[in-house]
Amino acid sequence: MGNLIDIRPVLKINNLKKSFGDNHVLKGFTMALNKGENLVIMGKSGSGKSVMIKCLVGLMLPDSGEIEIMGNDITKLKQQKLDNLRTELGFLFQGSALYDSMTVRENLEFPLRTHKEKYADSEKLVLEALENVGLADAIDLMPAELSGGMKRRIALARAIILHPKIIIYDEPTTGLDPITAKEILQLMREIQQKQGASSLIITHDIDCSRVISNRMILLIDGINYAEGTFKELSSSKDKKIQAFFK
Amino acid sequence: MKKSLHISDKIKSFLIEIGELSFFANRFFKEAFVKPFEFKELLRQCYYMGNRSLLLVGVTGFILGLVFTLQSRPTLIEFGAESWMPSMVSISIIREIGPVVIALICAGRIGSGIGAELGSMRVTEQIDAMEVSGTNPFKYLVVTRIMAATLMLPLLIIFGDTIALFGSAVVEYLKGEVSFQLYFNKVFNALEFSDLIPAIIKSVFFGFAIGLVGCFKGYNCKKGTVGVGEASNSAVVYTSMLLFIIDFIAVFISDIFFEI
Repeated sequence: MGNLIDIRPVLKINNLKKSFGDNHVLKGFTMALNKGENLVIMGKSGSGKSVMIKCLVGLMLPDSGEIEIMGNDITKLKQQKLDNLRTELGFLFQGSALYDSMTVRENLEFPLRTHKEKYADSEKLVLEALENVGLADAIDLMPAELSGGMKRRIALARAIILHPKIIIYDEPTTGLDPITAKEILQLMREIQQKQGASSLIITHDIDCSRVISNRMILLIDGINYAEGTFKELSSSKDKKIQAFFK
Repeated sequence: MKKSLHISDKIKSFLIEIGELSFFANRFFKEAFVKPFEFKELLRQCYYMGNRSLLLVGVTGFILGLVFTLQSRPTLIEFGAESWMPSMVSISIIREIGPVVIALICAGRIGSGIGAELGSMRVTEQIDAMEVSGTNPFKYLVVTRIMAATLMLPLLIIFGDTIALFGSAVVEYLKGEVSFQLYFNKVFNALEFSDLIPAIIKSVFFGFAIGLVGCFKGYNCKKGTVGVGEASNSAVVYTSMLLFIIDFIAVFISDIFFEI
């Protein structure tokens, strides 16, 4: 990737557990994301990837365990402090999650509105974010007028508008054709290099993992089953690991 | 045995839903009066709920007044009480029929709209996206919509009542050759503040109920696109039921204070 990775973790998860009734989804998941790193977490559908990231951004409370983001345990933070910390996080949702009733401009301005004193020149930030994803012309369009790939790009622009230190991608290439998926991956790399943010990518797209990851974690049976580079894991003899690379 | 278990489960889930709705209302009151206030979004919602419902409410009101007068005329003529028509129609419409019918129309238009909109925002993760961006979605989406419905319903009901009386006046003019001036003179002579005030107070509660139930159903929507349909549908059903309960309580209290 060419970018420097600092071994100090910006995000740590320790022994995270989450159950829904008798369904134990996360059974003590542990991981760390280092500064400037692109970490890919792979797992089958229903393995708890989405639950893990929802706990990570405070959308869901874990049953037990610690989640530390830049030195703050988010499970113990008060709402105001959590909201402030969230400005350091960018989140790209699987389905883009653009606000249907707002234009592209309003979608991008939305994360800025609660921190007006910090981000006074919102117009400049919006244009800069749109130029980063190559869609400055779409500024006054409604989400319904955009294609799937364009929506994902705008969602990416919204995720990076606050120049977050950590960007979380939930299935960034799912539902896109191979060409658009490649473009999105290219964009992710460019943004990562430009802003120096750490990226946590949740996916089950093996091509995405190969292209983007510095390191990978396999989430199997609710735990961190295996960890290593794409090369290390793809050459593993373990049958459960091999199943991902077939 | 199985049937009784099924019924008890239904009662239990109904009571749980009532409890959750109460917590939802409690959260509304806690967050509604704490800064930051979302004035821009409140105004936008007032415009959508108020302005965009005017035509529907107007047409409904006009037909209501027209039909009510047409149906009542033969009976009043039979008893030689035709001159009582403006008083009877105005009191019935202002006190009861106008607020209830217009609130039911608004439950269908506004309540289902809120349920579907918030439900679809929930299942497409737009509400999660708001939360992750550091905005309180409850304040931005729920508080503004409940407040807008509470503010707009009384205005829509006053507008609908006025149009209904106009509809009635049209029938009286065409069939009974009563001038508009005479008709409205009789209306204003018959009406008192004790007719208007309980109706307006009642309509504030109607608006609150429409906003609250619509938001509750939409905000807590589950089960994907099927859930959006269910949220929209059940918002109308629950609100309609709640409107009649509120109406009963309002009439009961009005009876104590204003001696109907």
